[in-house]
Amino acid sequence: MAQTLHADTALAHGAPHAPQSFLTRYVWSQDHKVIAVQYSCIAIFTGMVGLVLSDLMRLQLGFPGVFAFIDAARYYQFVTMHGMIMVIYLLTALFLGGFGNYLIPLMVGARDMVFPYLNMLSVWVFLLAVIVLMASFFAPGGPTGAGWTLYPPQVIMPGTPGHDWGIILMLVSLLIFIVATTMGGLNYVTTVLQLRCQGMTLMRMPLSVWGIFTATILALLAFPALFVSGVMLLLDKTLGSSFFMPAMVSLGQATGYRGGSPLLFQHLFWFFGHPEVYIIALPAFGVVSDLISVHARKAIFGYRMMVWAILAIGVLSVVVWAHHMFVSGMNLYFGFFFATTTLIIAVPTAIKVYNWLLTLWRGDIHLTVPMLFALAFICTFINGGLTGLFLGNVSVDIPLSGSYFVVAHFHMVMAVSPILVVFGGIYHWYPKVSGRMLNDTIGKWHFWITFLGTYAIYFPMHYLGIMGMPRRYYAYDGYQFIPPTAQSLNAFITIAALIVGVGQLLFIANLLWSWFHGAKADPNPWRAASLEWQTPQTPPAHLNWGDELPVVHRWAYAYSVPGAREDFIAQNAPPEDGGDEPEQAAPPRRKERAR
Amino acid sequence: MAIAVALILIVAGSVLFHLASPWWTTPLASNWGSIDGMLQLTLLITGGFFVVLNAFLVWTLLRYRHRERGPNVVRSPGELHAAYRPDNKRLERMLIIGTAVGIAALLAPGLFVYAEYVRPPEGALVMEVLGQQWKWAYRFAGADGRFGGVDPRFVGASNPLGLDPKDAAGVDDLIVPGDEVHVPLGRPVKVLLRSNDVLHDFYVPPFRARMNIVPGTVTSFWFTPTVTGRFEVLCAQLCGVGHYNMRGFVVVDQPAAFDRWLAAQTTFAAVQHLATAVATATPANADPLVARGQALAQSKGCTACHTIDGSTGVGPTWKGLLGKTERFADGSSARLDANALRHDIREPAARVAQGFAPVMPKTELSDAELDALIAYIGAQGGAAASR
Repeated sequence: MAQTLHADTALAHGAPHAPQSFLTRYVWSQDHKVIAVQYSCIAIFTGMVGLVLSDLMRLQLGFPGVFAFIDAARYYQFVTMHGMIMVIYLLTALFLGGFGNYLIPLMVGARDMVFPYLNMLSVWVFLLAVIVLMASFFAPGGPTGAGWTLYPPQVIMPGTPGHDWGIILMLVSLLIFIVATTMGGLNYVTTVLQLRCQGMTLMRMPLSVWGIFTATILALLAFPALFVSGVMLLLDKTLGSSFFMPAMVSLGQATGYRGGSPLLFQHLFWFFGHPEVYIIALPAFGVVSDLISVHARKAIFGYRMMVWAILAIGVLSVVVWAHHMFVSGMNLYFGFFFATTTLIIAVPTAIKVYNWLLTLWRGDIHLTVPMLFALAFICTFINGGLTGLFLGNVSVDIPLSGSYFVVAHFHMVMAVSPILVVFGGIYHWYPKVSGRMLNDTIGKWHFWITFLGTYAIYFPMHYLGIMGMPRRYYAYDGYQFIPPTAQSLNAFITIAALIVGVGQLLFIANLLWSWFHGAKADPNPWRAASLEWQTPQTPPAHLNWGDELPVVHRWAYAYSVPGAREDFIAQNAPPEDGGDEPEQAAPPRRKERAR
Repeated sequence: MAIAVALILIVAGSVLFHLASPWWTTPLASNWGSIDGMLQLTLLITGGFFVVLNAFLVWTLLRYRHRERGPNVVRSPGELHAAYRPDNKRLERMLIIGTAVGIAALLAPGLFVYAEYVRPPEGALVMEVLGQQWKWAYRFAGADGRFGGVDPRFVGASNPLGLDPKDAAGVDDLIVPGDEVHVPLGRPVKVLLRSNDVLHDFYVPPFRARMNIVPGTVTSFWFTPTVTGRFEVLCAQLCGVGHYNMRGFVVVDQPAAFDRWLAAQTTFAAVQHLATAVATATPANADPLVARGQALAQSKGCTACHTIDGSTGVGPTWKGLLGKTERFADGSSARLDANALRHDIREPAARVAQGFAPVMPKTELSDAELDALIAYIGAQGGAAASR
């Protein structure tokens, strides 16, 4: 598309936000690449806290009563903080703030984001949100223990841990986070729409950009629902308003609340919460498509269909929210509608799985570490996606709702699957970010521990749920319908979780060690066609492209094109190299028939 | 090729795990066999997809993995390298149609089952369940067949369900204050669900049917018990620190036995009368220390395990506890004065009352809070309570 005013003015005027000193280069930086690393470091650090919390709660479940410091209140606080940290402060921040920031300008051939200053504010405001969140661990009464869904009334009532300072800090932190995400999100959307280099049509963009772009639009639409519900809940807590609070007693004492609706909160929460699943999943879908295509040396299968599937999932994701509420007590007839929309969304999702498999089919599959993670993602996502068909179909959901089946399902589909893509993506792009390769041997160990470990954790968990074991229980003793063998299974799951938890230290160690001692990376070690690998310097210098913006002549998936000199053609290679996207090549159907 | 082997092991292991798993649905005890049927159907279809998709992935990996053969350039035709196959509209269309058919095959019967679920049959026995932090209570409509009005502002020690004392329809309502309720075999039961505090969920795994309880509104579901027995009730919607201990029981009786049980229940009027008599005899919580202890007992989750009405919970009842001589698991026994109780609360694992599991967690309490708690325990009667 058009050369942009912004980039060229920036260059002509001596790049007003060009780094001057260490402080402006690495701390108050407006460079999208530095901001991406800052976002990623904060998110990964916060994620490590979330990981420790998950292992603490597993210790209680696997070996109840052995660890005396984990009392019921602490257990619920660990559960809550683990969930919120992983969904919001790790995965959302990492995919949008980390991957989005790094990849969008490089992949669309821009010099930076449209609003670099806003981008810088975004990461610092995000850090503030994390600090406020972490402060709740040290507040009187500790962090909130109401579950990450923060359902009123119990979230602000005595009887729930952290109902005082904990919940206030949690809500304030979320509101700050939404401000940060909005500042970042406006940037990502505008940059994709306005700053694409010449020749980079929308239908030539890598799927990573499509995934992050669509997810960002969803975030801009969905987070306001969380924002308003957070403000309303905060008012209920601090000023005694009754948005979500009906007339009720609390532990035998009358309260002043009257006439509010707890279900209203659930609707608002899930109107945000379900798109949130896709805010995490769509970037993962996009990134994994690129990993598979590059490392299988094969054009992504059905690119147009993949783009339409991302958009269809994005649109459908805002009309399925109440499948989280089939047994919430809402009008029962809603169940028909939301079960139908939910199962329809399985069709575009299945298309994506087929197309990943068909991209591998007849490929030249290099089993690099990023590819291993991509393959593990496919396996895990198939499992997690299919169990979604149990829970989305309202009648099957009735006995399974609120059980360990739900825990197993959503961890498979929106925790393990995306984090496998995160790992794959980091192993893939780390050479571009740092100029050094990550260690392959450590990477493989990390891969096997994570992939097999998480499967061992979550696959058996489905069966505990089918048996009827409810989630968010501190202990299960005395329930006769739960056989003692279930406790052994829980102990097994805990051991697997501890191994996976410790295994992540390999990843951290690899990141740190390779930054200084990793093998020097080629500018394009994976021989990839997309634009971010074609920068004049590695790591890319400030403003990315030197004097001349790149000009794009083809899509990002020109791999193994018959007759080409190499098995990939860069997007900015001269037009005579061929490798056009299918729609512009000779009629493809006739060719196929000839084979 | 470790990854292909791993995937084969995962698929084979998952199928074997499923076949050998001792963990499966609890034996069905209600009419909702159709829900179990839908579970099986979904399992069959998704299990098929799981195996086929993974098998395709494994085969692809085995067949098309990269093999080192010289430099990474396009080789002569016929030699193994990646194909250029950016799309295949016909194949994509077929996959979309096939998937849509599979999805419809799941959705349609699922919605038929659900259509049953949303329509309770005529003439069902109506039972009200009250969820409260962290116990259950129940109510039947009584002789007039009508439930009396309720409002949280009426909730009190003698009126835990919050019935309107002035509503004539409520006078004959049968109140079941304990955690256990009876229902008759073979008759549809429509369950009305109510809460005066926070969200709960009335969940009896063998019945399959269930629903959340939402304060400020009445939710409901229905089921027909098909097996006699005593079934555990669980709360399945996080309701605070005592959530995991909010237990109850549903006893499914032969109809005649149920009628006898129901006839023995107390009406609201009788409960009120009794309460007035007791209230005039002993002034309730006049002592602020006791009131503070009561609030603590609830906010710290003590009441999830310790009752004050003499019934046995997860832990010993507090009724008459202070000053009682308790036997411990190690065979010793000791008199529980205030200091002994203080020690036992501070160090719950040090000695455990006989017949109870050593599950009591340590709870953080200041000395003042502990005093209030002991005062409240003392107010539940006992030899030392007269101080």
